[in-house]
Amino acid sequence: MANLTLVQAVNDGLATVMRDDPSVIVFGEDVGPKGGVFLATENLTKEFGEQRCFDTPLSEDGIIGTAIGMAMNGLRPVAEIQFQDFIFPAFDQIVSEAAKLRYRSGGQYTAPMVIRTPYGGGIRGGLYHSQSGEAYFCHTPGLKVVIPSTPHDAKGLLIAAIQDPDPVLFMEPKALYRSVKGEVPEGLYTVDLSTLRTVQAGDDVTVFCYGAMVPVAMKAAAKAAEQGIGVHVVDLRTLLPLDEEGVLEAAKRTGRVVVVHEAPRFCGYGSEISALIAENVIEYMEAPVKRVTGFDTPFPNTLEHHYMPDERRVLDAIEQVHSF
Amino acid sequence: MEATEAMTVIGADGGSNGYDPGLSKEELLYCYRTMLLVRAFDDTCMKLQRSGRIGFSIPNLGVEGMQVGAATALRKDDWIFPCYRNFGMALYHGVKPVEMMHNMYGNAQDSARGRQMPVHFSFVDPIHWVSISSPIGTHIPQAVGAARAFQVRGEDRVALTTFGDGGTSSLGFHSGLNFAGVWKAPVVFLCQNNGYAISCSSEKQTASESYAIKGKAYGVPGVKVDGNDLLAVRRAVCEAVDKARAGDGPTLIEAETFRMGGHSTSDDPTRYVPKELVEKWAAKDPVDRFERYLGKRGIWKQGDRERIYGECMQEVADAAKVAQSTDAPGLETIFSDVYAELPEHLRRQGRAAFDLAARRGDAAAGGGAFPL
Repeated sequence: MANLTLVQAVNDGLATVMRDDPSVIVFGEDVGPKGGVFLATENLTKEFGEQRCFDTPLSEDGIIGTAIGMAMNGLRPVAEIQFQDFIFPAFDQIVSEAAKLRYRSGGQYTAPMVIRTPYGGGIRGGLYHSQSGEAYFCHTPGLKVVIPSTPHDAKGLLIAAIQDPDPVLFMEPKALYRSVKGEVPEGLYTVDLSTLRTVQAGDDVTVFCYGAMVPVAMKAAAKAAEQGIGVHVVDLRTLLPLDEEGVLEAAKRTGRVVVVHEAPRFCGYGSEISALIAENVIEYMEAPVKRVTGFDTPFPNTLEHHYMPDERRVLDAIEQVHSF
Repeated sequence: MEATEAMTVIGADGGSNGYDPGLSKEELLYCYRTMLLVRAFDDTCMKLQRSGRIGFSIPNLGVEGMQVGAATALRKDDWIFPCYRNFGMALYHGVKPVEMMHNMYGNAQDSARGRQMPVHFSFVDPIHWVSISSPIGTHIPQAVGAARAFQVRGEDRVALTTFGDGGTSSLGFHSGLNFAGVWKAPVVFLCQNNGYAISCSSEKQTASESYAIKGKAYGVPGVKVDGNDLLAVRRAVCEAVDKARAGDGPTLIEAETFRMGGHSTSDDPTRYVPKELVEKWAAKDPVDRFERYLGKRGIWKQGDRERIYGECMQEVADAAKVAQSTDAPGLETIFSDVYAELPEHLRRQGRAAFDLAARRGDAAAGGGAFPL
């Protein structure tokens, strides 16, 4: 066991899987000798050489397009998009190509690849270094969408994603890169995709969250506990395909649900959780589902702390559904 | 080699400039037959579409020569990342018309299980013909990625990707050529400049003096070749393939040709193509030209075309008969192949679809005509 930050766990995961499988290659903008703008790929070029960890031209479409070609021809590419905000030139490659290749070829061609990308606010990055675009991608059959919130899960989920036979968008909460630390097992291990993590058990209110919102939800849950409200906190960690049964069980447990995400509300991931509960377990519900989300505006710079759900807003929602 | 004039081997009268294609008499006749097989396939599909048996097809009249000429330069272990107007390359490498017909009908034997529109073929045998996508140019950087995989493994295999003149305006063209230049990837970019992208002519597509010259700024040599001259295309593609195999990087080839028919069976080209242009290009027909060449070599005689075309028509008709009598894909194929393993939510959605069909009968198929 080593005590690592989340970004160190990502780095450890990459190095571990590259030692295990020579077909794994890592590339993107500045990921080579520099080690990436967040140092997630630090020392990989040094250990594995320029053939396996390298810089690419500044073209997201090219990075993902070539990754797909490598993936269908026997390599296991792990492509980095420097900030998730810059992924949109590659949207066509991800949505029209990687996600549909298996389906449209009857399994003759597949794209087992991982796209790693830091997402979310909290670094004063303004409109274009702060967004949470998971909902765009969760609307894409054929793609998997994974978001870790702890160093342990970051390494285990990343290795599982790289070994997975389908394309995985691996969104890393950049706000947590260095702000969380935890025990990370050495060597190769995986955390199964499409499984939830119960962060803490509680019997009064269920909070669904993921990524950088997990510690926020935990802070709010601690405050709620002071008032005697037991909060059941669930880290979704794989958004697509979602463990729907697990979500419904956790919702039924308390009958009172809050969903938290940084992304805008309208057609956000919380809408799906809310609809899932309404369609399947409404008879167990004691209160309407409450969403705590970013606003339906672009992401602001100076006032980002007002935009992002914080402990106040989550606690407010917990109290509202509890007293309904 | 960099030329602003298109390289030619076969003259209008069928005489050659002395280039030795290195093909036996049987191989030359096989090229000729493959072009006629493309024509037979097109002619049959047009009839099937007009009679409502299939929904859509993409005609190749006028561009068969560049398809077959390019195909001759590849080995079976090379990969093709094709656009939709190029299936002569698949036929040349031994894909059977019946496999293509299964796709035209979208039946249960189609490699894509009827999920794609007609002409969106996918094959892994006898050559890798990568599943065709409708968005333009997305396959170009993918070909570069596949070539990079060959390069990383130290294999002397190449990826060849084809696209039209319209495809050169796409994002994928730019990123693909840029990456290939930087990586010296073993890839060949083959632009089928057939004059039109649906209804948009070249002057609406680019202000560049040619498509071939676009390679220059990426560090990718550009070559222009007479696309209606099967042997000139063979020559240019062979040179590019040899160079790629030797580790000397990519080439962009512009094959100048002309789409004599519509963009598809749903398109009426008389609305936008001047009649004189069609007449001008009709005189350069690639099959006529190759036939004259074969005649001069003493390999072809009067009556051969009718006989071979007749054999091809029979082969395609038989293929269509088989495809037509093959069942439609089962309802479960909507849900399979989305992921390697069927996830729980798709299992539930599939069960619900079967359950609804059992309770309320099957959904009615629509009769809509595809507009493009």
